Amino acid sequence: MAEFSSSRRTFLQLPTEGSLVETPYIEPEIPTALPPFTLQGGLTPYAGMWGREQAAHLLRRATFGSSQAQIDQLYNLGNAQKAVDSILNVPKTEPAPPVNNYNNDEFTDPDVPFGKTWVNAKRNNEGEFFRITSWRSWWMERMVTSEANILEKLILFWHNHFATRTDISFSGQACYKHYMILRKHALGDFKQLVYDVTLDPHMLFFLNGLYNEVNAPDENYARELQELFTIGKDNPEHYTEADVVAAAKVLTGWRLEYQTNKVFLNPRLHDQTDKQFSAFYNNRVIKGGADAEREVRELIDMIFQKDEVSLYISRKLYRFFVYYQIDEQVEKNVIQPLAEILRQNKYQILPAISALLRSEHFFDAVNKGCFIKTPLDLVIGVLRNFNVHINGPTLYDQYQILTSLGWTCNDLQMLPGDPPNVAGWPAFRQAPKYYRNWINSDTLRNRNIYSDVMTYWRYETESGYRVFIDHIAFVAQFPRPDDPNLLIDSILQVLMPMPFSTAKKQVLKSILLSGQAQDYYWTVAWKNYTANPGDKAARDTVWYRLAALHKYLMGQPEYQLI
Amino acid sequence: MERRSFLYHSCAAAAGASFTLKGMPLNTAPQKSFLDALSFGGNSDNRVLVLIELNGGNDGINTFIPLDQYSNLSKFRRNLLIPERNVLRLQGTQANGLHPSMAPFQKMYNDGLVSVVQNVGYPEQDYSHFRSSDIWMSASDADVNIENGWAGRYLEQRYPGFPTGYPSDANPDPLAIQLGAVMSLALVGSQWPMGMAITDPKAYYEFVNSVVEPAPDSPFGDELEYIRLVTQQAQQYFKSVKGAAEKGRNQSTLYPPDDKNYLADQLKIVAQLIKGGLKTPIYICTLHGFDTHSGQINSSGNPLEGDHADLLRMLSEAIYAFQDDLKLMGIDDKVVGMTFSEFGRTIGSNGSFGTDHGAAAPLFVFGKAVNPGIIGKNPQVPTDLSESDDLPMEHDFRAIYTTILKDWFGLEQPASILGQKFPILPIFKSISTPTRDIRTVEQFELNARPNPFRESSNISLRINGGQVSVRLLDGFGRVVQNVAEGYYAAGTHQFVLQRQDLPMGQYYCQVNVNGTIGVQKVVAM
Repeated sequence: MAEFSSSRRTFLQLPTEGSLVETPYIEPEIPTALPPFTLQGGLTPYAGMWGREQAAHLLRRATFGSSQAQIDQLYNLGNAQKAVDSILNVPKTEPAPPVNNYNNDEFTDPDVPFGKTWVNAKRNNEGEFFRITSWRSWWMERMVTSEANILEKLILFWHNHFATRTDISFSGQACYKHYMILRKHALGDFKQLVYDVTLDPHMLFFLNGLYNEVNAPDENYARELQELFTIGKDNPEHYTEADVVAAAKVLTGWRLEYQTNKVFLNPRLHDQTDKQFSAFYNNRVIKGGADAEREVRELIDMIFQKDEVSLYISRKLYRFFVYYQIDEQVEKNVIQPLAEILRQNKYQILPAISALLRSEHFFDAVNKGCFIKTPLDLVIGVLRNFNVHINGPTLYDQYQILTSLGWTCNDLQMLPGDPPNVAGWPAFRQAPKYYRNWINSDTLRNRNIYSDVMTYWRYETESGYRVFIDHIAFVAQFPRPDDPNLLIDSILQVLMPMPFSTAKKQVLKSILLSGQAQDYYWTVAWKNYTANPGDKAARDTVWYRLAALHKYLMGQPEYQLI
Repeated sequence: MERRSFLYHSCAAAAGASFTLKGMPLNTAPQKSFLDALSFGGNSDNRVLVLIELNGGNDGINTFIPLDQYSNLSKFRRNLLIPERNVLRLQGTQANGLHPSMAPFQKMYNDGLVSVVQNVGYPEQDYSHFRSSDIWMSASDADVNIENGWAGRYLEQRYPGFPTGYPSDANPDPLAIQLGAVMSLALVGSQWPMGMAITDPKAYYEFVNSVVEPAPDSPFGDELEYIRLVTQQAQQYFKSVKGAAEKGRNQSTLYPPDDKNYLADQLKIVAQLIKGGLKTPIYICTLHGFDTHSGQINSSGNPLEGDHADLLRMLSEAIYAFQDDLKLMGIDDKVVGMTFSEFGRTIGSNGSFGTDHGAAAPLFVFGKAVNPGIIGKNPQVPTDLSESDDLPMEHDFRAIYTTILKDWFGLEQPASILGQKFPILPIFKSISTPTRDIRTVEQFELNARPNPFRESSNISLRINGGQVSVRLLDGFGRVVQNVAEGYYAAGTHQFVLQRQDLPMGQYYCQVNVNGTIGVQKVVAM
């Protein structure tokens, strides 16, 4: 693998002068087989080869896909440790909030002028659908346009972890507040995050916390808090049904103002008796009383006393960033040390995610290309791979484009904001299929239709703004777009997780050459275009061949993998 | 696969079990049922099972209502209990009734098309949705994790070697179909998923050809092979599904309008595909929303309205229309359906107009082949819920799987799929050879070009003549444009779909010819 990377780099540095037809083309060494499937090393920092391949691997997992420029940016840092530091350097400022970009014939927001933010406006049930859509499109825009850092990917991780849906609170403001909680603590204190989510309006709606009261306790949140958010059920020794009942009592009494999502305690609805927990929690009793907030803190503190929390969240991080299979070796060499780091750091997430991403394990060749892209990796990855610009001149354009992308994600079974249920998307939890849950006959076809639309057609707004792949601009950024062999290597480096064999590259080249044998057919066509960029025929000649090549590549099974 | 062996199996009924058929206690001794059943619907190779998942945990008490338990129920269910006078009565029983929004299903029951199995669950209930539905899908014990599905394992045994050599002349069609875009664990085999997921049976996509080189022996190679397999299977099976969808026409006029009833939309496709000649033996449909912690009844306190009433109405209308469709198509002898849900709900109601996760619940098997009536006893509601708020289990859900595998699919040793032996329940009856009534099927061809379109698309419609409507629906099922309506003679007709000010996105061109509906997805770009 290492030899291959270095020989490819040499290649990209070939002089651009000289007779193109006679440029000697040397086939890079392709390893005939990957190293044997044994994972070396655990969390030891990776100090091996640093090539564009490694940089691209890091970007594919820690962001929603990358452009050539972002790969170069990380590659130029010189080693993995600096690159991971850079990935973890997330923006500290809050983004400008979502705005009214939705006024239309059906609904004109009476409280929020067009172009102004609605996040502080009181509830308006006629408009909440539009505000939620505005919020979702704003969120997706962050994913599409974020720089080469991990923040948005981690927010998605937490969204999947504390999975909520938009239809229960049915409040754009509650959705936005929820997102901002996840964003605030994305790399921060997991325990505080659990606390904030527990009393978050969006979650109080979603798991009936609002209806949990002394005379009719509702166990929904109390159960998921333990089953899905902290302890899990990996270990047969876990919390009991009695613990669910006791936790539900601790959590009684919280209400909110419907118009403003302001959360408050109604002491009369709070169960003020002592709450007895099982032997799993060392028979702990949480004293009852009027101070319900103290009880919630004590409940979460009690839960975080259990080492299961650190193991459970470590496995979830692993499955989100590395691979779904956790065998004994991975458990011992990666999960347990990662859990130890979490506990030592009082459940701060940054040290743990940092250790995972900079590890030998993460960069092990065996862990490359084995992650099936989520629908968001696919949909947003196409845009990022090809530098597709999505922001049209008006807010309406923005709303329409991003809403349409949301529909596409929905068809592919991953609408951000609306996982199927509180357990999140099955791909991250459901054995044995895990990531394979994303791919079936229906979704695979829709993935291909999406890349076809971006390749041959376009998303277009009412005002005529178009979003599509600019095939020529994409290849013009490479050092040698005129040489079909070098061009194909450059394209593959951005799009594919693994090198292609000579035979497969021949097929790609034959697309560029329209089946002709001589490389210079492409070279002449490209030179003809660059000499006469205004000539439609010259432009179409290269455009259609590149479009066919890109369609073919995005239709390959390898493009579904990162 | 040689499938004659099951001819020799004897159908041992669970000795001593009793059930009622329209009030008459019968001894369950359908000794002849299995051999007799072979003579209808051709043979068991042609039979179809339609599984209907009620996702979220259906409240069995308010579905199949135990009228003899009202004095205790009224203590714990407060406003949630259906008033006795509103419960739909069933022929032959005073002790049971149906939720008032299930009138069509009441009719089916009274027509002898429903078998109700009482108190279905499994020992050691796990109250987690996820774990419990995995248990139902995999047919595992509560404390054992099995990472594949019961139907997947059955199909693996029935179609050995899959996917190598499939599809073939002998087995040209998908082995199982999941309606929707999410494949259930039930259809996962020990190596591969055994079914395909479809949302639109007429959609076809030509995947690009790839140079297939041996995948490396690594996680990357494993995932690559998986995606290659799905591509290859989808490519081939799309053709047979599309062919069947084009041949099979729904006959029933009882289906609710499209996009109003998610289950009916799915069952409609199932009927269409079976009629169109697809040999697929197992379909799975899903109706979501049964996790009624809150809003089970609406907050005005009317127990006849709310989410649960809406869901049961959908369930009842969908099954009724489906059964009517199968009957009109003349294929109701070879199809049975079964509802299931990961668990029932608590006896008591909570403070949110809802119920929480419970244990056992009733389950319905329906179709012409079922032995109508009730299997099992009414649940006993205790006078005090302090010990348990759950209904105890009477029938292990795997007894129903066992019965279906043996009596419906003719599998001699269901334990080879389920890992253990479970009793056979008297769910199926013997049926004489059915009268065939295959009516002339309404045929039409619908084509929109170009698609995707920018300004307009030409719709070409070839029909045998009749009342026609052509409409454009958006992703929410709303009609955004009426393209044409009226009587059209036999022949090919052209209509123009104008973009006007429609935002870009996916739409559905829906054509209705004499009540038969066809849909084509169109993209405005």
